[in-house]
Amino acid sequence: MRLPAPPRPRFLRPAPPRPGRNGANGRNAAPETQKPTAKDTAVEGAASAIGWLDERTGATPFVRYMLYRKVPKGVNWFYTLGSATLFAFLSQAVTGVFLAMYYEPDPTRAYESASRITNEVFLGELVRGMHRWGATVMIVLIFLHMGRTFFFGAYKYPRELNWVIGVVLLVLTLAMGLTGYLLPFDQRSFWATVVAVNINASGPIVGPYLADFLRAGAEFGPTTIARFYALHMLAIPGLIAALIGAHLYLVVKLGVTAPPWLKAEKKDLLREEI
Amino acid sequence: MNAREREQYLREYSILKNQGKPFLYSVAKDSVMACITLGVIILMAVLFGAELGPKADPTTTTYTPRPEWYFFFLFELLRVVKPPSLVFLATVGIPTICLVLLLLLPFFDRGPERNPLRRPIAVTAGIATIAAMAYLTVLGALAGAPSEIELATAPQFERGKEVTASAGCLACHKIGENGGTLGPSLTHIGDRLGRDAIARTLVNPTPPMPSYQAYRTQNPKQFNELVNYVASLKGEN
Repeated sequence: MRLPAPPRPRFLRPAPPRPGRNGANGRNAAPETQKPTAKDTAVEGAASAIGWLDERTGATPFVRYMLYRKVPKGVNWFYTLGSATLFAFLSQAVTGVFLAMYYEPDPTRAYESASRITNEVFLGELVRGMHRWGATVMIVLIFLHMGRTFFFGAYKYPRELNWVIGVVLLVLTLAMGLTGYLLPFDQRSFWATVVAVNINASGPIVGPYLADFLRAGAEFGPTTIARFYALHMLAIPGLIAALIGAHLYLVVKLGVTAPPWLKAEKKDLLREEI
Repeated sequence: MNAREREQYLREYSILKNQGKPFLYSVAKDSVMACITLGVIILMAVLFGAELGPKADPTTTTYTPRPEWYFFFLFELLRVVKPPSLVFLATVGIPTICLVLLLLLPFFDRGPERNPLRRPIAVTAGIATIAAMAYLTVLGALAGAPSEIELATAPQFERGKEVTASAGCLACHKIGENGGTLGPSLTHIGDRLGRDAIARTLVNPTPPMPSYQAYRTQNPKQFNELVNYVASLKGEN
């Protein structure tokens, strides 16, 4: 004889059997479903995490579009030069962060801190070397990328604006080379920068003002190096990153150019018209 | 490009694009290229290192500056243009004009043709620009610092001319067409000062000129050659 179960609050009551599962009385019971494996749990977890993100950002269609957008046929190795330039920029950013941890933008300590990075800090010379030669690699890649764009006629309609952004990026990268050259503060970098700023000063109208701005005065003074440092690691890289964003947006929006020797076949063009 | 050509390009491009593969496939190539880039950067860092010269000293005037190699072409342009009235052309004029032309390229080169084989003018101009920049860069790399004296010299002073060129005099003094204008020109200095007077001035100069006393004790032979050469600079030979 069974006693009737005492009334229980809702949250302590057992869940009612789901339809399709084995019934409450045990008869007509379907076979016990398998326990989810670790893999199933992981997949489910990832899916729900992505679902969570997607519900809040709506990023999935965007990412899917990015990855599955078509790239014209015939795309070859020349088309990797742009992304390689971006990668060189990222490498410069990472090595630059590590250099900034040890570098002191002060005329009395700049050289000493650069020499400490080179001679004492663990892997310091490697990181400084990577930053120094990374600049060379980035400049070379930019010019190659630009050459590809020029000879493939990729700057023409509808990508004119992207070419303009690219040229501005080239100028900013050269400005990075100029402002970074002073920072080790050895004889070579100091005198080359003096000459470069004097060249700036010889320009018409804005030249002298630009030179005064760069030097933080009429002559190289104690704050010049801090100014170059701020330009080199905050202002110019920020601009470059923003413009790279615009550059990439336009690449995705307008599509990668097809190699100029490829032409659509007549029958495809006709079909398109119908 | 007129409206019809633009329309035609967009249509043709959309067909070629649809025949291509998803971007996901090119990620592999891009990744390989990124690895090569990183490899080259590390290799260059290991092979060439990061040299650090002597500390910057704003009081020295003997140091002849030298920019990073990718500015050599600008630097060389400066050396090619000699007359002082035209220097602004080399420093700012020509580079600015070239930059504006480069920036506005898509706005004046508006033809519909993209194949480089059928764009003779654009491709010729492009190759000529690259060749000019490469030529100037190589010149800059070979010439070294701007410490060259182009004045003709008697053969016995040839060695002294080289010493003078590398001793930093040109940072302030003009010899012939080369050199700065901070100090007095040395082109005819032999008319005014004798050999001994020049040596005395070098060792015990009027500020802001730096003293060559240390130079004399370290390199007595070069010092002599330098003095002989400078003393030989006369107006009427």
